[in-house]
Amino acid sequence: MPLLDIKNLSVEFTTRAGTFRAVDGIDLTVDEGEVVGIVGESGSGKSVTSLAVMGLLGSNGRVVADRMMFGGRDLLTMPAAQRRKITGKDVAMVFQEPMTSLNPCFTVGFQIMETLRVHEGLSGKALRNRAIALLEQVGIPAPETRLSAFPHQLSGGMNQRVMIAIAIACNPRLLVADEPTTALDVTIQKQILDLLVQLQRERGMALILITHDMGVVAETAQRVVVMYAGQVAETRPVQSLFERPRHPYTGALLDALPERALGKRRLPTIPGMVPGIADRPAGCLFSPRCRFADARCRAERPALFDVDDGRARCFYPLPDGHPAAGEAL
Amino acid sequence: MTIRTETQNEPHIFEASAGNSVVLEARDLRKHYAVKRGAFKPMATVKALDGVSFRLQAGKTLAVVGESGCGKSTLARSVTMIEPPTSGELHYDGRDVVGRSAAEMKELRRTVQMVFQNPYGSLNPRKTVGSILTEPLVINTAMDKHERRDRAVAMMGKVGLRPDQVDRYPHMFSGGQRQRIAIARALMLNPRVVVADEPVSALDVSIQAQVLNLMMDLQEELNLAYLFISHDLSVVRHIADSLMVMYLGKPVEHGAKDVVFTRPRHPYTRILLAATPRVNPDLRLDRVVPKGELPSPLNPPPGCAFHKRCPFATERCSAEVPPLRPVDERLVACHYAEKMD
Repeated sequence: MPLLDIKNLSVEFTTRAGTFRAVDGIDLTVDEGEVVGIVGESGSGKSVTSLAVMGLLGSNGRVVADRMMFGGRDLLTMPAAQRRKITGKDVAMVFQEPMTSLNPCFTVGFQIMETLRVHEGLSGKALRNRAIALLEQVGIPAPETRLSAFPHQLSGGMNQRVMIAIAIACNPRLLVADEPTTALDVTIQKQILDLLVQLQRERGMALILITHDMGVVAETAQRVVVMYAGQVAETRPVQSLFERPRHPYTGALLDALPERALGKRRLPTIPGMVPGIADRPAGCLFSPRCRFADARCRAERPALFDVDDGRARCFYPLPDGHPAAGEAL
Repeated sequence: MTIRTETQNEPHIFEASAGNSVVLEARDLRKHYAVKRGAFKPMATVKALDGVSFRLQAGKTLAVVGESGCGKSTLARSVTMIEPPTSGELHYDGRDVVGRSAAEMKELRRTVQMVFQNPYGSLNPRKTVGSILTEPLVINTAMDKHERRDRAVAMMGKVGLRPDQVDRYPHMFSGGQRQRIAIARALMLNPRVVVADEPVSALDVSIQAQVLNLMMDLQEELNLAYLFISHDLSVVRHIADSLMVMYLGKPVEHGAKDVVFTRPRHPYTRILLAATPRVNPDLRLDRVVPKGELPSPLNPPPGCAFHKRCPFATERCSAEVPPLRPVDERLVACHYAEKMD
């Protein structure tokens, strides 16, 4: 049984312009100890998915799902008080911007100890020692002195380490990291990713890594979920996805990477934009931008079909992984 | 490729190729800021830019890479004279810039224009695209209203925006379109040089590709020179002709793109290359994991600024500042550059 098992999850927001479905019927399963990457461009619904899993959506976000199970317990029917006991303890989250997600008015030590006090009931010397041990584990030098530091006294990389220390404080079974390195420099990004993977291995923790950076997913995840306009476009093991993408969107996205265009002057692009609240196409959501779309794609919404070792939401999955025979769009 | 050697106390300057005219030249450019550290402590100096020299030729792209705090944005601000440098020489199109009067400066500024990082912050939300694009013409030319509008509409076509969008406001455009507007604005005065400070880092991959293609097309069409500031090495590898890697205000390696990418000789360049996440497993380099973080620019370490994070550092590195010197077709500031293979 998977650790996290979500079926047909949708999240709707009520806005003045009408109801907007940010996440549209996604299935997501994460096994114990698995690293799943969720990639997508802005507006693809990847962050909203993670907030829905955490139960952190605001009151204007409506979560509907056929099934939402964590460790055999139903998150949908669970009373709010019980859900709060899971959030932060068994499922923890690391947010994008360490500078804004830590409270500037409290010391780093207080913010780590708060989690331990609430969920583990620790106090006094034991609490302090656990906090120091945690800071040490995430590679913060001189942890005893850092307990009394405020977030503004630490660098971005150090603050992200503190966020990770808070997240792993209660030995979570699932860690959700939403763009954990986007605000950081490449060398610091490398350090933080290495740290996350090392902690994940040591503790056998499952990790959901949400990012827009294909390189980060390729180097870190075991299985990848590609999202587009609130839906899952393709889900595959990491190696085969990057070698032979089956969904035209994944293929086009990979081809747009400068890394894959070495020696070419022009980068292949994807024309148009992600559909917004008002201009959702009737058929496949990617059909207006897809160079292979035909009448059927424009009229009918494709389901997620099984393709080799995964699934792709396309009537005509790419045979060899490349949308174009070398020629630029 | 030529490397001009030190004569009459002139620093080493890397020049990509002879022939093309040099449109932007910086010699030993420095920008120091005085910072207060507290009521009773003496003022400190941050050397945000500490001796940068380069030559940029028409139609070429020089990329400046480095992590936050390395001085790349200060370089952009100094080169565009948004903040005049503390010392050093700057030449636009062969003409000296530093110390000119305001009137002369106004004329010179037309040569070098800038595109900023965040297209959500760099466009005035209360102005239409038309007035954003015509403003440089109002200030700098004697064109009448109709001429200005014609020019704006023509420029919109050039950057791939529809002419009927001229009366729209920035919020009606997506991030990629806004960056097109910012590029159009930079080109309104026919500059020779465009300084682009992280122009694609706020954009999604597919949009980033569109903007990079546009920049390369415009370069070819208008023979523009780009000073392209970025932290993303795969973008740089795609667009640049030559590359300058900076660390704590100083260039550490400067040379032709292919030379630096295929045979990096400064440990910091190697670490940056290895830390860049790759999609293709074959391109991933040996894992030199960088130690520690960027030191405080208020209190840089003695000797080589990088020695505390460098896996190859010796005692010499903590005592002696390595000069920027020619090694194997590029300039590099490392005592052991010859040994880095």
